[in-house]
Amino acid sequence: MRKIALSVIAFSAFIGFPLAAQSVVPAPAAVLSGGNTAWVLIATALVLFMTMPALGLFYGGLVRKKNVLSIMMQSFITIALVSFLWVTIGYSLAFSDTELIPGVLGDFKWAFFNGIGPADLSPYYISDSVGRIPHILYAMFQCMFAVITPALIIGAFAERMKFSSFLVFTVAWLLLIYIPLAHMVWSANGWLYKLGALDFAGGTVVHVNAGFAALATALYLGKRSFLKSFPPHNLPFAVIGAAMLWFGWFGFNGGSSLAADGLAASAVMTTNTAAATAALVWAVIDSFVNGKPTVLGVATGAVVGLVAITPAAGFVNVSGAIAIGAIASSICYFMVAFVKVKFGYDDSLDAFGCHGIGGLVGGMLTGVFADPAVWKAFGGSYAGSAYGNPKQLGIQAISVIVSIALAFLGSLLLLKIIDTIMGVRVDFKTEAIGLDITQHNERAYTVIE
Amino acid sequence: MKMIVAIIQPFRLEEVKEALYSADVNLITVSEVLGHGRQGGVAEIYRGHKETGNLIRKIRLEIAVNEDYVEPTIQAILAGAGTKEVGDGKIFVYDLKECVRIRTGERGTSAIG
Repeated sequence: MRKIALSVIAFSAFIGFPLAAQSVVPAPAAVLSGGNTAWVLIATALVLFMTMPALGLFYGGLVRKKNVLSIMMQSFITIALVSFLWVTIGYSLAFSDTELIPGVLGDFKWAFFNGIGPADLSPYYISDSVGRIPHILYAMFQCMFAVITPALIIGAFAERMKFSSFLVFTVAWLLLIYIPLAHMVWSANGWLYKLGALDFAGGTVVHVNAGFAALATALYLGKRSFLKSFPPHNLPFAVIGAAMLWFGWFGFNGGSSLAADGLAASAVMTTNTAAATAALVWAVIDSFVNGKPTVLGVATGAVVGLVAITPAAGFVNVSGAIAIGAIASSICYFMVAFVKVKFGYDDSLDAFGCHGIGGLVGGMLTGVFADPAVWKAFGGSYAGSAYGNPKQLGIQAISVIVSIALAFLGSLLLLKIIDTIMGVRVDFKTEAIGLDITQHNERAYTVIE
Repeated sequence: MKMIVAIIQPFRLEEVKEALYSADVNLITVSEVLGHGRQGGVAEIYRGHKETGNLIRKIRLEIAVNEDYVEPTIQAILAGAGTKEVGDGKIFVYDLKECVRIRTGERGTSAIG
């Protein structure tokens, strides 16, 4: 339950405050908060940083030399493409309070930011109903989430997708899958939001969504050719990228309180704790299974912990964060090291194994470890099954299953349509030569001089 | 004239160079190469996947010498590169048909030194 309703009364009714109390003491009028605005401005930049350079380096380091530029290009152009879509129609379709399809999709009311001026306050807030941020800032913070989600999918079809088809897929996927899901989970009228699904910073909308779309693309495109053995071409890139993701995630989760307050601090604490725990657990499992802890292992573990804590960041306490980090790390290790090998799908850079599974585990565990004490000071109460609210687990399951179904089936359908029109996979020879030269006429590294 | 090619452990390069200089052999070409002999490759592990038998980094030396210098060069490489462990490498000696110094156009034995 990340987004808050458009009016205080509706919000209070939803979380179970007696309405009478609200009518006796009228809520103070919302005003712009400089502190909150400053923090969310910074958080917006931190989330941008996660797509490029962080994700570009994380993924780029893991592919072969001949494809590193294609990965960085896909990440970079996703920022440009999605930003454009977002300010023109995307934000309006995802978040407007009038709707084309009730509970599922907004309309064009705020297209081109029409009617959203610099002085307008955000109708959405989380923990601070009075001290608001500008509406434009809320839309831009959300823009960076819309940017990184399709960029995460790149990891599944790396090294074999046609660039032109990738562009068409990204546009179609954002409009037909991301935006409806964001509306359902985050907008005031969304049906999953009204159901009471807890998703603090995008466990379902971002990670489950991207992760299961990733599985669909990996299955649809098939394995990379020549799949005998290829170690990452630049492991330091991947490790630097993972460290930058960790850094950016403070904005992703901490910024999701939309306020510079204790909830933001708590979210940063749980985020860091889950990442740390997951990195340690991965290193321990690595040591038992392979005899040595690996650097790619601790980097991957940290990312998995960050993914898993995302829906839970503003709802769990420190023990909850430790539990989520440890459980997600163990399950994801099993998925990428054994299940992927057993079933033979080529989720090239483990976008599904880390984001799909990590998001799924985190989304469900939010329904277990949500601690009502966290929200006590902010006038809310969200409890998981460990705190006497077993019902929450069922609500989490519904929101996760809806995300999986929409992301997986929707992506398969989009790929099928795009494939029929223009093909999605490069031919054998192009794949052998590499995407950098064949799709972009560039090479990452010169061999001579 | 002979061409001596040696594959050695990368961490012995400095010792081999010193031994060659003391034997008055001053002209060498060095390249980084990959390979493995009887000891096999090293398993690398990425996210739990074992990639078995990956090639090991080695250093390849190429040294063209006149007949008098063949044995001293071999002795120098042996002295510098040997650790008595598996993986120390090999020395190959070929006949060399011709040698031309590009700067002056000199040919044969005088071009080598």
